[in-house]
Amino acid sequence: MQKYSTLSLVRNAISHHNGWQKAWRNPDLKSEYDAVVVGGGGHGLATAYYLAKEHGYKNVAVIEAGWLGGGNTGRNTTIVRSNYLFPQSAKFYNFSLNLYENMSQELDFNIMLRQAGLLTLLHSRHDLEVMRRNINAMHMNGIDSDWVTPDEVAHIAPGINMSEDARFPIVGGILQKRGGVARHDGVAWGYARAGDALGVDIIQMCAVTGFDIKNGEVVGVQTAKGHIKTKKVAIAVAGHSSVLAEMAGFRLPVSSMALQACVSEPLKPVFDAAIMSPATGIYISQSDKGELVMGGALDAYPSYAQRGNINTLEHIISGVIELFPCFSRIKLMRQWAGIVDIVHDSSPIIGHTPVKGMYINCGFGTGGFKATPAGGWTLAYTLANDRPHKMNEDFSLKRFETGAFIDEMGAAGIAH
Amino acid sequence: MMTIKCPYCGERSEAEYNFGGPAHLERPSHAAEVSDKEWGNYLFMLDNVKGISPERWCHSHGCGRWFNILRNTETHEILSIYKMGEGVKAARGDKDGA
Repeated sequence: MQKYSTLSLVRNAISHHNGWQKAWRNPDLKSEYDAVVVGGGGHGLATAYYLAKEHGYKNVAVIEAGWLGGGNTGRNTTIVRSNYLFPQSAKFYNFSLNLYENMSQELDFNIMLRQAGLLTLLHSRHDLEVMRRNINAMHMNGIDSDWVTPDEVAHIAPGINMSEDARFPIVGGILQKRGGVARHDGVAWGYARAGDALGVDIIQMCAVTGFDIKNGEVVGVQTAKGHIKTKKVAIAVAGHSSVLAEMAGFRLPVSSMALQACVSEPLKPVFDAAIMSPATGIYISQSDKGELVMGGALDAYPSYAQRGNINTLEHIISGVIELFPCFSRIKLMRQWAGIVDIVHDSSPIIGHTPVKGMYINCGFGTGGFKATPAGGWTLAYTLANDRPHKMNEDFSLKRFETGAFIDEMGAAGIAH
Repeated sequence: MMTIKCPYCGERSEAEYNFGGPAHLERPSHAAEVSDKEWGNYLFMLDNVKGISPERWCHSHGCGRWFNILRNTETHEILSIYKMGEGVKAARGDKDGA
């Protein structure tokens, strides 16, 4: 792998930038792999990287139907944070944030992590009371979270409507200073490049069309580019999890729905932190290019269409204008949607499937980006050891039989 | 954005409706004898079809009544709308369909 550094930048500038190597190879599909990862998004690429790096897998393929990071990895609003309520989630998402903090160094690829804070706005007495409890729970779980007064909110987010007469008056906030944003493509590319250097074959534009299963055990993967012999398969395909599960003969407790986001035209810097407002149902941050990146709730019915409806977009925009009346004349530049995998308790599924040798990472719903490193790390561990790590043992499919849910959405009151 | 023809009120914007889960699920009839796994399957496991899927919808901001829609989840095309109690097979040949 060509090392990226200031020195390499200078050296390549002198040679008119003709000396840069491709970031990863474009290999032909082999007929046999020790492990096959289905899905070339952040989670899949991270899984392959950790399989190679932590578990010594030298013969791994990542099979991607489209192009790297072209699904939800390239469609999310790039926010990273770990301010979850329950101990299992806190441990998992905090591990993820830790990996994010070292990722640029580890992968030798600048993922442009900007930890300018994640501010959650509180709009009512009830919000205050619930968040007092949540902030204590976060401290118990070792997660940084600060109480923020209305004056401090006005300082963090200039232009925000602090009027007491507002429809959703701002009565306070909580701030996770370690939260922030990262370049989502960079995360996928960084893992792809580092994985490729460790021998991972990345096969793009190659859809998986079926699995060979003998006596309840996976023995092969059928793809558009040919057949692969393998005994280990990891699936990380978010909104298409049910489609892959059907090929393997089982069902998942997953609904695929469209989650949309939009960006404005670029502006001069307004604020640094990412801001969430559960009461108005929106979140907003400003990208390094100056665009306002905005998102909100799901389109509330199943969809595989990768486009959002106008009702939800209007809802997002009205929430943004409620909070920031000064943004009312800004033009929207783009709007899009990704298909996310919604699970009843808003917690992920990482672990075994009913098919032996097949493991799955899904159910991250609207919050998969922040979990990318930990999702890949735990899936790789589970595949390599054929048992879950302590960090993901409670996130198994089994909980839909035992009822041991980790009901984050209901408890945390934070949109994800 | 979809317009949906409520069997009782006629054509309205999708904003008036709520999706209410997959249609034609059968609750296990002998609850006491059903294993945890079967209950879990009934309660949580979904076909989550990419393609044509039978769904329950409610005209919640209208007449408030429930009905079924046969809908393509890839294109959002509505193939058929039929009342509760009407079987999905009968509905596929419905003249109001497609």
